[in-house]
Amino acid sequence: MSDMHAHSVAFVRETMLPEQEPPASEVGVVHWMRENLFRGWANTLMTVIAIFVIYKIVAGAFPWFVNGIWSTNSLAECREILQGTTGGCFSVLTERWNQLLFGFKYPQDQYWRLILAFVLLGLAAAPVLFNKLPKQMLFFTGLYPFIGFWLIWGGTLLAPLVALAGFLVGFAAFKKVEHQSFAMGALAFLVAALVTWFLGGFAIRSAPGFLALEAVPSRDMGGFMLNMILGVVCVSLSLPFGILLALGRQSDMPIIKWICVVFIEFIRGVPLITLLFVANVVLAYFLPPGTTFDLIIRVIIMITAFASAYIAEVIRGGLAALPRGQYEAADSLGLDYAQATRLIIMPQALKISIPGIVNVAVGLFKDTTLVSVISMFDLVGMIRGPILASTEWNGVYWELWGFAVFLFFIVCYSISQYSQWLERQLQTDHR
Amino acid sequence: MAEAAQTQMEISNEVAIQIENMNKWYGTFHVLRDIDLTVYRGERIVIAGPSGSGKSTLIRCINALEEHQKGSISVDGTRLSSDVKNIDRIRSEVGMVFQHFNLFPHLTILENCTLAPIWVRKTPKKEAEEIAMHFLTKVKIPDQAKKYPGQLSGGQQQRVAIARSLCMRPRIMLFDEPTSALDPEMIKEVLDTMVELAEEGMTMLCVTHEMGFARQVANRVIFMDAGQIVEQNEPEEFFNNPQNERTKLFLSQILGH
Ligand SMILES: Nc1ncnc2c1ncn2[C@@H]1O[C@H](COP(=O)(O)OP(=O)(O)OP(=O)(O)O)[C@@H](O)[C@H]1O
Ligand SMILES: [Mg+2]
Repeated sequence: MSDMHAHSVAFVRETMLPEQEPPASEVGVVHWMRENLFRGWANTLMTVIAIFVIYKIVAGAFPWFVNGIWSTNSLAECREILQGTTGGCFSVLTERWNQLLFGFKYPQDQYWRLILAFVLLGLAAAPVLFNKLPKQMLFFTGLYPFIGFWLIWGGTLLAPLVALAGFLVGFAAFKKVEHQSFAMGALAFLVAALVTWFLGGFAIRSAPGFLALEAVPSRDMGGFMLNMILGVVCVSLSLPFGILLALGRQSDMPIIKWICVVFIEFIRGVPLITLLFVANVVLAYFLPPGTTFDLIIRVIIMITAFASAYIAEVIRGGLAALPRGQYEAADSLGLDYAQATRLIIMPQALKISIPGIVNVAVGLFKDTTLVSVISMFDLVGMIRGPILASTEWNGVYWELWGFAVFLFFIVCYSISQYSQWLERQLQTDHR
Repeated sequence: MAEAAQTQMEISNEVAIQIENMNKWYGTFHVLRDIDLTVYRGERIVIAGPSGSGKSTLIRCINALEEHQKGSISVDGTRLSSDVKNIDRIRSEVGMVFQHFNLFPHLTILENCTLAPIWVRKTPKKEAEEIAMHFLTKVKIPDQAKKYPGQLSGGQQQRVAIARSLCMRPRIMLFDEPTSALDPEMIKEVLDTMVELAEEGMTMLCVTHEMGFARQVANRVIFMDAGQIVEQNEPEEFFNNPQNERTKLFLSQILGH
């Protein structure tokens, strides 16, 4: 290279440069701190203030936790033991533990059913959440709604069995006439299912004691369990309804399209709390007198409708983000609408929509606490009502609300972590 | 197989596609005007023309990705109607390759290729996978079968797209500018695949600006302008002795530097 002329632009590299370690000042803890915490006076000042605030919080909360009392029977006893020092009165949690979780009316000797239902819920949800698990497990997932219902509400096993049979018979009828047209199939499903349920109704009435668990009416459900029931049921229902609404909104058929648009826009235009009041009071006017249309079901319908509308909009965004080419490629291969939607469009649209759907799901779960305003005793209702109103625990705000916050945070944070994990799993573009 | 294919090179009298007096509008815009075209089995037709002349629209009408408003299109003797079943059947007989590949990014290469055979043709999964591997080998990327489209180069993706179409055993293949989204060094690998396909006697309609390819494999070149077929001829004649003024202008622009 020495004979290269000063003005020549030609250049040929003869030796490749080896890779080198970065200079020491670019790595290590000290470097990180200098870069991120103490870069410039403003940055340093912010860091100092932040450290001070954190110190204050920890210094305040730490003794409260450490001195906490876990085994008294009332706030007064706590105060006696503490003698004016800071300390939480966590005994309220231990003493009212069952009420916080299960409400105050569910028969105590039947708690095992709720715990079992909860454990089985994990088993049922697992294959849906983790697609690496064997597909056969989905069989149990399909049965879970019926098992779960039986465990929680009790009564004869015949009731959920008849419900299940209705679906199965309906599905068989659907399969039989599906080839004619989808609408015919849907009609056949409806007719067959209704007939089965109607006939099954006789069976249930004639043998109410068949494999019966002690029946617990809906108004006895309470505590965090009620939030879980509402959350799980409404999330699992609102996802399919949301998908249908989103697809309906894109439909070529004007009537379907308009129904979906009106539904979505109406629901999104009203506060959930008003819908809950409607469920509580107004719906009863529309029902024939004497029908006992469970309050829980009414609430589930309203929350589901509410969440479906939001999920539909989220999914519509996902659908809009798909390039036209995906539809065209699916079409050009001869896939029909249902196949293209299920195999090509929805998997991609849902993947794009995961953050939005999770957002709605987390919001929905937290909104289940709103039922406390229509005198249902969910976790918040329990704390506000029976517990804080009792003479023993009147005034234990921090511990109780902290516990409620903690429970909801655990669930919502897990959902959020799961969704981020799922997004990484589904990422296929850069691996 | 190759031998049999070679003998099929000549064109039969059997009509593969019959387009008669076909017209299409986008709203009030008259995109295709009085298109008449008969494609015989085994023909390799290249469609050329300036941008916006309606080339894509024409071939997209053949598999009903676009609806035409007047005239008729018959594929394999079946007339395209608005009946969904009819359309789906024709689409499963007609393969299409797009400019932007349009592979399904959430499925592996193998799944991309087996999806339609399994769901449309009801082929058993195992058999569908064998067919898919056969065609992936043919387009020379069997080793990428487990990867996702996003991990492949453009040229590889386009070859997968071709294999995906072939897995449906189509009788007709439509190509819409299959190489114009590719870098120059990848164009050749895709064109080679297409040449091979042509040599096996596949009926092909191909919108492309690759005039070398047209000369090599086409038995007919169609020139379109303003929604009409302006000129069609054998490639030699078409390139060396164009008749229409618009064709001459187009060729001088595309070939002459
Ligand atoms: N969906 C549509 N709505 C309205 N006009 C359209 C639509 N698609 C295409 N056109 C118009 O129809 C004409 C023909 O389009 P087409 O895509 O068939 O052209 P082309 O010959 O394939 O052009 P290119 O070489 O650029 O791909 C163009 O003028 C285009 O603007
Ligand atoms: Mg085009």
